[in-house]
Amino acid sequence: MRLPKFAYLAPRTVADAVKMMGDAGWEGQFVAGGTDLYPNMKRRQQTPKTVISVARLAELNEISGDGKSGVRVGAGVSLTDLIEHPVIVRDYPSVAAAARTISTPVLRNMGTVGGNLLLDTRCNYYDQNYEWRRGINFCLKKDGDVCWVAPGSQKCWAVQSADLVPLMVAIGARVRLVSTLGERVIDAAALYRDDGINYLHKRHDELLADVQLPALNGWRATYKKLRRRGAFDFPVLGVAVRLDVERGGAVRAAKVILGGIAPAPVEVPDAEAALVGGSLDDERMRRAAEACYVKARPLDNTDFVMNWRKQMTKPYVLRALEELR
Amino acid sequence: MNGKQKAHIEFTLNGERAEVAFAPHKTLLEVLREDLSLTGTKHGCELGECGTCAVLLDGRSVLSCLVLGLDAEGRSVQTVEGLADAAGLHPLQETFADTGAAQCGYCTPGFLLVAKELLAHNDNPSREEIKEALSGNLCRCTGYIKIYEAVELAAARMRGEEMELPREAVYGLE
Repeated sequence: MRLPKFAYLAPRTVADAVKMMGDAGWEGQFVAGGTDLYPNMKRRQQTPKTVISVARLAELNEISGDGKSGVRVGAGVSLTDLIEHPVIVRDYPSVAAAARTISTPVLRNMGTVGGNLLLDTRCNYYDQNYEWRRGINFCLKKDGDVCWVAPGSQKCWAVQSADLVPLMVAIGARVRLVSTLGERVIDAAALYRDDGINYLHKRHDELLADVQLPALNGWRATYKKLRRRGAFDFPVLGVAVRLDVERGGAVRAAKVILGGIAPAPVEVPDAEAALVGGSLDDERMRRAAEACYVKARPLDNTDFVMNWRKQMTKPYVLRALEELR
Repeated sequence: MNGKQKAHIEFTLNGERAEVAFAPHKTLLEVLREDLSLTGTKHGCELGECGTCAVLLDGRSVLSCLVLGLDAEGRSVQTVEGLADAAGLHPLQETFADTGAAQCGYCTPGFLLVAKELLAHNDNPSREEIKEALSGNLCRCTGYIKIYEAVELAAARMRGEEMELPREAVYGLE
């Protein structure tokens, strides 16, 4: 499989990069590590005419701040550099641990924080080569008009499959988006939409510049991932939990986010309500896990059968809570 | 740059200055194999899943099937062809041969380079650290044990230590 032809641009600054994207319009595409885009281009799932590389922009390659004030991680920071950064290791171990579950060391040398946050949604009927997809007359997400997962559906059900996403939403990270019109900072939670095709609220011309991790003020978080192979695989279920616990041990606030089961990360308010107001005992944990089980409705479009993925919600939520207890 | 002109880059390839012209949408893998005739780097899944196309870019392992040739401009690329030097084979090459860590050999160049990167950072990696470092390289022949042993043996030799392979590694289970 070879890449289709495209024009390749390597801007020196973020300002140049967003201007190039403004000029390229809908046919333009930013690339950083290339580990998501280039396979998709080889399979003709994405066919941009202009590829704008932001991989070597120094502005996007910095990690600054610390746990007291919050940390800004440039979108172009490689996952390897994120995992090995002393401030991340010391102050945000949950972020380092979640990033460590992504893919393999070699791919983490290439793949970036921004690329993971913007990872294309995945589906068994979409992540196939061109001939395979042509064999089923394509699908709703690309070149076709039927969703083969839910044939009556007008909506694409491709799955949110990036490991950092549920955790960033759970901890309340924010992202900075830059375009020729200026920049805006939004909650990570507001970046995602429940549509496998238009899965981002980021405008096409906006560049994800950095992600801002909140200051440490007593919260702790964790991420648990279900996948077939321990060595490497995309998640078919991800559980991210953030807990704010008072001195006495009572849970003051909780965030429970499920990934890998829908086009967007899924918040489970019933689980959060079950956890808040007292100490993290077995009964609260059981009720939270039950709420996640009820809320999780994976479809049959990833590895493993969907009922088993749904069943695994409970033990994975319990494992996450056990770790934070 | 549009898709019709050839791209031209200068870079360091296995320690020597090199230049090459190629169609600009080619991957580094394609440039190495097709435009520089260095076929030691293998063409596997082409999608970043198998690790057989791994090379070192500025000392870091990358999958050359997912790097554009254009991105090598001004940088240093090492392939399996650059592992041996005038003094002979790299210790990893020797131990892969000694332990039978290569059977069909197709995955070997990728394993060698990723293992070299590991040993550059960690001269005495544990079995678990070796497993994690090599987790993106697939081998369908050996079952990995001999590969792990080859890396351990090479690490020991590079530290100047004597190391004996477990008896079953040489003679099998008796």
